[in-house]
Amino acid sequence: MIESDDFVRALQEIGFNFFTGVPDSILGGIIATLMEQRLYTPAVREDEAVAMAAGAYMAGKVPAVLMQNSGLGTSLNTLLSLNLIYRQPCLLLISWRGFQGKDAPEHLVMGQTMTQLLDTVRIPHRTLSEPTAVEDLNWVAETFTKQRIPVALLIKKGVVKALQP
Amino acid sequence: MRPEEGTIQSRARAIEAVLGLLTDQPVIICNGFPSREAFKLADRPTHFYMIGSMGVAPAIGLGVALAKPNKKVIVLDGDGNVLMSMGTLATVGALKPKNFIHVVLDNEVYGSTGNQPTLSRVVRLDQVAKAAGYVHVERVREREDLVYELKDMLGKEGPSFLLVKVTEQAEDVDRVPLEPVEITNRFKKAIE
Repeated sequence: MIESDDFVRALQEIGFNFFTGVPDSILGGIIATLMEQRLYTPAVREDEAVAMAAGAYMAGKVPAVLMQNSGLGTSLNTLLSLNLIYRQPCLLLISWRGFQGKDAPEHLVMGQTMTQLLDTVRIPHRTLSEPTAVEDLNWVAETFTKQRIPVALLIKKGVVKALQP
Repeated sequence: MRPEEGTIQSRARAIEAVLGLLTDQPVIICNGFPSREAFKLADRPTHFYMIGSMGVAPAIGLGVALAKPNKKVIVLDGDGNVLMSMGTLATVGALKPKNFIHVVLDNEVYGSTGNQPTLSRVVRLDQVAKAAGYVHVERVREREDLVYELKDMLGKEGPSFLLVKVTEQAEDVDRVPLEPVEITNRFKKAIE
């Protein structure tokens, strides 16, 4: 399992320096690390978070947004009619709730269809794993810089250390 | 000042008054008529014109304000927009960025879709902003009050919220002719 400190350090090493989002239990460890280091600006909704990232990007920052995949639904219109068409890149760190149908009922449809949804709206995505973590982050940096649009890194339960096991 | 007194002005006249007090500050302008009217009245590279993503103008402004603490950021918003993302008033009120001025042009209707009434007729958005934690909150009608209050806010530490009651009148204006990516690149460079 990846330690959240190591993960945050790796994100900073590839340039990310503005973090916002809405919490999820899978992302709890990463958010705790970001908060300890005073790097995290909490948002109340995911569309607010991606818009804040857009503003920070235009003001010279390299932004990342943390959210549960339910937040992808909440932020979809802003991602499409702001970040995507205005070419304001950000990293979307999305927790994959409902993966393989093992989760509470409210997560099952999004858990099953999230990657198809991302494909449909042409948001590039990749799933983080411990053995490929270095390549995954290199892919993030390269896609962010080349395409200048939101890029999603999907995080399943148990890949990065959360607050509770 | 004199909240419910005085002559109400059109939104375009209010935008003209706001832009007349600004120079090179970053300005985020919400989608619909406000962006189109602002573009026609005074286009500047420091203007970020929104065409979609209704409701998130203050969130974009907040991102700019946090990243550029030495620049005063102005958000030109509408009442329908504020109602759509009222949670952002809480985010601003809690974070208290000192360099953030939120101007809401309140015509009490959804002007771009046929003047359907908004809830700002009955819900006092200035009081919501006050309760959310904005430091300075004012509600004005007349142009001279708008100018007085905005000048004052430009010289103070915020976040500030200025509600400007305006008429439903919309100017005969075209869409903003710039490509979205051009708006991003130009704004990014202008506020460096």
